[in-house]
Amino acid sequence: MSVAKRDIVALEGVTKRFPGVVANDSVDLAIRPGEVHVLLGENGAGKSTLIGMLSGLQQPDEGRILVGGEPTTITSPRHALALGIGTVFQHMMLVPTLTVAENLLLGGPWWQRPKTEELEARVAEITRTLGITVKLHAKVSELSLGEQQQVEILRAMVRNSRLLILDESTSMLTPKGIDELGALMRRLVEQGLAIVFITHKLKEAAAFGDRISVLKLGRKVGEIPPERFRALGEQAIIGEIVELMFGKQKDDPEAAERAVRTIRAEAAPLLEVRDLGVAPTDDAPGLSSISFDIRPGELLGIAGIDGNGQKQLAEALAGQRATVGGSVRLQGAPIEALSVGERRQRGLRYLTDDRLGEGTVGTFPVSINFFLKQVGAAPFWRKGVEQRAEIDKRAAQLVREYDVRTPSLKTPVARLSGGNIQKVLLARELAEGAKVVIFNKPTYGLDLANTLASRQRIRDTAARGLAVLLISTDLEELLSMCDRIAVISNGSLVGTVENADDARTKIGRLMIGLAA
Amino acid sequence: MSIDIAPATSATALDATAAMATRRDIQHRLLMTLGPILAALIIAGCILLAVGVDPLAYYGFVLKRGLLSPLGIQQTLTRMAPLLFLAAGLIVAFRAGMWNLGGDGQFLLGAVTAAASAPVLVEVMPAWLALICSFVIAMVVAMIWSLVPALLRAYQGVNEIITTLMMTFLGTSLANVLVKLMFRDPGTTVPQTRTLPVEDRLPRLFDTTITSGLLLGLVAIITVHLVMTRTAFGLKLRIVGANPRAAIHAGLGVPKLTIAVFAISAGLAGLAGAVDILGVQGNVRADWNPAYGLAVIPVVFLARMNGFAAIGFVFLLSVLSIGGESAARRLGVPNHFTLVLVSIVLIVLALAEYIDHRYNQSRKA
Repeated sequence: MSVAKRDIVALEGVTKRFPGVVANDSVDLAIRPGEVHVLLGENGAGKSTLIGMLSGLQQPDEGRILVGGEPTTITSPRHALALGIGTVFQHMMLVPTLTVAENLLLGGPWWQRPKTEELEARVAEITRTLGITVKLHAKVSELSLGEQQQVEILRAMVRNSRLLILDESTSMLTPKGIDELGALMRRLVEQGLAIVFITHKLKEAAAFGDRISVLKLGRKVGEIPPERFRALGEQAIIGEIVELMFGKQKDDPEAAERAVRTIRAEAAPLLEVRDLGVAPTDDAPGLSSISFDIRPGELLGIAGIDGNGQKQLAEALAGQRATVGGSVRLQGAPIEALSVGERRQRGLRYLTDDRLGEGTVGTFPVSINFFLKQVGAAPFWRKGVEQRAEIDKRAAQLVREYDVRTPSLKTPVARLSGGNIQKVLLARELAEGAKVVIFNKPTYGLDLANTLASRQRIRDTAARGLAVLLISTDLEELLSMCDRIAVISNGSLVGTVENADDARTKIGRLMIGLAA
Repeated sequence: MSIDIAPATSATALDATAAMATRRDIQHRLLMTLGPILAALIIAGCILLAVGVDPLAYYGFVLKRGLLSPLGIQQTLTRMAPLLFLAAGLIVAFRAGMWNLGGDGQFLLGAVTAAASAPVLVEVMPAWLALICSFVIAMVVAMIWSLVPALLRAYQGVNEIITTLMMTFLGTSLANVLVKLMFRDPGTTVPQTRTLPVEDRLPRLFDTTITSGLLLGLVAIITVHLVMTRTAFGLKLRIVGANPRAAIHAGLGVPKLTIAVFAISAGLAGLAGAVDILGVQGNVRADWNPAYGLAVIPVVFLARMNGFAAIGFVFLLSVLSIGGESAARRLGVPNHFTLVLVSIVLIVLALAEYIDHRYNQSRKA
């Protein structure tokens, strides 16, 4: 019994950093045979990075991975497979033009003839015990997505995997396919396999899991062990997960008491949005009839699980994304027909969450990045000619004012840390002329000091009498700063809550689709 | 880092240390450029040895005929004129992240229209005005030729590498058709355009055979360099090239800038054709295609899209191609060996870059 319960794989204090972002922050994880271990978290919580390290795609910066009790460096996906760690990735990794059998035989030694008979016998044995049927000689392109996934699981089994990682495996399946996958996972763990099941859907986590670990912003914020799992009903488990994902933690250093501020209710709104709509695209939801007002000095938060239209909302307001109907008024004047540059000139500022992807040009010096949105404007350019001295003077001033830690003004901005890049963006958007500022996930991936500094900037912005829209997936952040919080779900605002005592529960319920 | 303790000590003190770093940087750059060129010469020498030619004799001959003999250097400098225009056009496009590989089609169409218009125009107006008009016509025709790839890229996101290459096939054929059918000189038996009298061509410099087109080319490439590095317009193009998403985020009109880039790049290629015809050739013969456009691409990469460096490399390419042409006649090494040499340089340079990058990475780790 004690042998059977030993961890197949354990992570100890694993930390992984990417330029500007801490993806995993000293995560501990124990993976045991006979258990479906659910990893739950929003996009960007660090699930994919964790899987990348387990499957040999990435190496941890700190901490270690134990395989069968031995500290092991997993150097490559091939090595991971040899260690018995099989991964079924989010996107299908089969060759569609080959048959199932050919796909299963890929990766064998190149100097040998593929051992087809051996494979058939092996597959027959595995499928019999699992109660599934696999058409070995069908082309992969002819299979449904659910069947393809079974092939991928089968591939891991053929290679004698002891640990099977399923990364967002249900995202492309039909409800029936999801149920079948759940049943299959159950049979696999009954055979003594360990499964890591990654999802951001609470229902699946509660239905299929034995043990749940919740990741939040790279940190593991809680775990529900099997004993507790069995003791609770499904609703109670979901409730507990919501508490873990969105709840207030004890000893949270970020928790700051929000000073109660009075907003003059009679003041005319600085930003009025009415029935704003955006058409959905292949990979993102659209927006439908978004309406809200923000008054001067007010901080309106947008809460919601990532990927529910937050980015679309920010981009539609900034003018970067085409809208289908609706109106946006800034100080009473309609701006929905204006270009990005014209909106900025009127005082609308958008601080993007994608700092290196679109916020800055990584290879350009820090100084130029301050003025990316003002190219050609006096006094930095005169008659279209760059005024280097003016640019450097103002840039040096902004570096001081916003405490940007940079080796020099000429340093390419991508070499700075995430926090300092964020300061460059803050300086750029908050400098003179701002009236309405949209912050999209302003503290995502920042360390604590920079998180607190950014939040203070945002509070100061509102205190100066600007209207602030704060989009964040961190409920704690919203609760500590906003006056009102609207919840976005599937592209529409499902409710707006005054930030009072019971706001936390109300928002949590709105976020998972229950009425407040 | 000291700045962490005292961020207030302004950036000027830091820039002093940065200046020293810059000098090291320049030394490093020189080494990373000249070293691979030397290695490439040795590799190319081995190839020459393998085909039974004494590499030292070949290089010596190339140097003598391309650089050291009075006639050779004059030919070399004359050859630079169209190459400089083409390089200028490529610098604009490449810095803006658009791979205009249709230089040859644009060049030839510019050349043919200049060759067709100039002899007609000199009969009705002063020669200088006729030349200017021919330049403008060549430029506009080349710009129009680039419109298809430009619009496709700007509004449909179609890869311009494919479209410009396809347009260059069409362009060279169209240029040929124009020479053989529309602009054919009835006075000669060989298919070619009417010849511009020597006295009406671009003046030569002093008492040499060097065309004044060289000066125009130098002006063009230096202007392009300054526009790209010192002006708001150039910065906008560079933002589009370095991070198109940032360009959209910053509110730049990316489609319009894209069309502008193609127009400028193609226009300069058309001017390259015109400067070669109006300064040197005087007419376009059927099936004439020097393929300068393709030869200049590696040069622009070697120069890292820097205008001043490009002048140096264009000079080198001219020496190699003029000397190579003579060597082809004398030593029997095919004319195309010049291109072989340039491509070996490019490959070695890329390898050096890769090794340098790996070395830096491992030193950091």
